[in-house]
Amino acid sequence: MEPLSSDIKTTPTPLTIGDVWAALENVKDPEIPVLTVVDMGIIYGVEISPASTCTITMTPTFVGCPAIEVMKNSIYDEVMKLGFDSVEVKVDFENAWTSDRMSEEAKRKLEKFGLAPPAPFSGELTEAQLNNVRCPHCGSTDTTLRSAFGSTLCRAIRFCFNCKQGFEQFKPV
Amino acid sequence: MNNEALKDLLYKMADDALIIGHRNSEWTGIGPMLEEDLAFSSMAQDKIGHAKALYQILHEILGEPEPDKVAFLREDEKLFKCCQFVELPIGEYDFSLVRQFLFDHAEAVRYDMLTGSSFQPLAQLAKKVKGEIKYHTMHADTFLKQLGHGTEESHARMQSALNYAMPYALGVFEKSELENDLISQQVFAGEDAAKKLWLEKITPVIEAAGLQLPKVADDKIVYGGRKGFHSEYLKSLLDEMCEVVRTDPEAEW
Repeated sequence: MEPLSSDIKTTPTPLTIGDVWAALENVKDPEIPVLTVVDMGIIYGVEISPASTCTITMTPTFVGCPAIEVMKNSIYDEVMKLGFDSVEVKVDFENAWTSDRMSEEAKRKLEKFGLAPPAPFSGELTEAQLNNVRCPHCGSTDTTLRSAFGSTLCRAIRFCFNCKQGFEQFKPV
Repeated sequence: MNNEALKDLLYKMADDALIIGHRNSEWTGIGPMLEEDLAFSSMAQDKIGHAKALYQILHEILGEPEPDKVAFLREDEKLFKCCQFVELPIGEYDFSLVRQFLFDHAEAVRYDMLTGSSFQPLAQLAKKVKGEIKYHTMHADTFLKQLGHGTEESHARMQSALNYAMPYALGVFEKSELENDLISQQVFAGEDAAKKLWLEKITPVIEAAGLQLPKVADDKIVYGGRKGFHSEYLKSLLDEMCEVVRTDPEAEW
């Protein structure tokens, strides 16, 4: 059998970086419980060095995101469970998060959850990003932005003219 | 790098964000409609998050106390470096919207300039914050235009709020004696440069809203905040904001 990744060769402990990523799949975003921190794309680095010491680097979706402490603690708990002697979870802005970091799978899950996924983001807000958003209830794109601010920092409120329902969208940022 | 100059810049930005964040939060529960209640509450949360991130840089890199300590346990208001503009009470909705428009564009311009800062932690944060503030300025621009072209009353209210706010808004760009070091070290291009960019941003929006950019004589600009001289409103704001923490500063939350 071939090794899963080259990381195994450089890691002298039985715990691999792959194990850590798998454990991170158990940590959900408390505000969007269908997504894991891996789906969200907020994990920027996993390092095992020296052996049995794990460092995870993450970055918040929004600077003022109140869920970040909860996620940080959950990540610590999940990764400690693997049997490391010490785990450090670092939060920094070295690599700023953008909604493009979200995987396609994550966007699919979001839509199923009833939250319109963010349109691809180029760094500038464009008309296209504010229009042409598909309603997660009926699939129509005949929708409009009602407010750029919703029930959490990352959500905007929209309205669908086709099914006459309000819905939320994860903001492109 | 001149650490005192850096601290001066970071404190004024962080204190501005903290105090305007607190003011924004005063609309929570009493906004004129649900969407606007959420808008000001969300912007409050964003601003306080930005303040915390700036205090964090001050703490981790420049050796200042922890974010919660500087936010809530500076007893002397003179230690705060916010501009007087953010201290003013929320007033009626026209004033809060106009302040949001003028202040958030000033912040947006500053963060935009700082994305190229030679001080990396600030440049990294600025790139992130810039994306969030776009939603704040978009909110402000939309309402300025809608109410500028709304009814005779809404137009008059927006114009009069602009006239009242402008001398304070210009005070955001109060210069510091330490600024030249920041300019020469390419940390920040300076208040004059920021003010120029800000005027270029706000002027077309004010025109599109059918409003007049008020002319303000230099001696009418409200300075002082950056040097610790504040309006009568800061003290009562701090007393309220810090009341719970100060009852037991060592409490574990």
